[in-house]
Amino acid sequence: MNSKNWPLFEVFIRSKNGLSHKHVGSLHAADPAMALENARDVYCRRNEGVSIWVVPSDHITASDPGDAEELYEPARDKIYRHPTFYTIPDEIGHM
Amino acid sequence: MSPNHSFELCLRMGDNGLILGQRLAEWCGHGPILEQDIALTNISLDLIGQARLWLSLAGQIEGQGRDEDKLAYFRDANEFRHLNLCEQPNGHWGTTILRQFLFDAFHLPLLEQISKFDDPQLASIAQKCVKEVRYHLRWSSEWAVRLGDGTEESHEKMQQALADVWPFAGEAILANAFDLELAEINPAYNIQMVNKAWWSTVNDVFNQANLEVPAANWAPQKGREGIHTERLGFILAEMQFLPRAYPDAQW
Repeated sequence: MNSKNWPLFEVFIRSKNGLSHKHVGSLHAADPAMALENARDVYCRRNEGVSIWVVPSDHITASDPGDAEELYEPARDKIYRHPTFYTIPDEIGHM
Repeated sequence: MSPNHSFELCLRMGDNGLILGQRLAEWCGHGPILEQDIALTNISLDLIGQARLWLSLAGQIEGQGRDEDKLAYFRDANEFRHLNLCEQPNGHWGTTILRQFLFDAFHLPLLEQISKFDDPQLASIAQKCVKEVRYHLRWSSEWAVRLGDGTEESHEKMQQALADVWPFAGEAILANAFDLELAEINPAYNIQMVNKAWWSTVNDVFNQANLEVPAANWAPQKGREGIHTERLGFILAEMQFLPRAYPDAQW
């Protein structure tokens, strides 16, 4: 980060109560308070949400796309981990 | 309240929004960063949206077939009723912020009063506007504090910009003949209370922003009576050119 750019923040928006916050993009701001207002101005212009989270981008630790093989592929053939093999008693109905 | 009073009040409210909105729109594409470019054009669009409501109602009250566009595009400078503060040039970012802040600090308490009027049309427009303007005031206050209490250079620039816009603020909070007349027939309208609220907001924010109230007196301005500064002609020339050159133009 050079001194000319403000830090980057990631923006998460809850579209309505009951749903979880979803990543919608990023923006620059001098501090968290400004990031919140910028998020409101940039990402909530079309009735997108009811709640905003902003997180400094450098506080997010992301997985390396290069590690995808070892991280995700092993799970692909473990279909028995999906709870589709249980028989559900009729009395339960739809879960 | 007579229809004449309501008409005059609608023009004032509408013209404030229209002219300040037009001024702010000049920033579109020129904001210091993308996020603030959008923030400012959002405010501009809020104000122009409000102007549409006020001017539509004004035309309806007048009953002579003038709609919002007729009122916006086919009146000359001396028929506009906004505060001269609204037409002052954008200057630099700090000038724009301070002009906005001084206006918002007046706009909000005034709208709060109108939102309690007995007249349901005036009240409902004001109720809608209050929500938008609360955010405008929050935004402009925050920037005033950020830059006023920022670096030595930003503080210096803000204090200088304040000296430029300050003299025009007086018109917003001093009652003229119309205000006094309106207050007499409608006790819900009270410019002294707006004045008090304005000073309280200004003192509070300047205190945080480390800005000093300029010693200069209020400039005697009569924008509300249609006497404007030389700035307005240029704004109208740009704003009104197209509909006057092509009166049947459609989007």
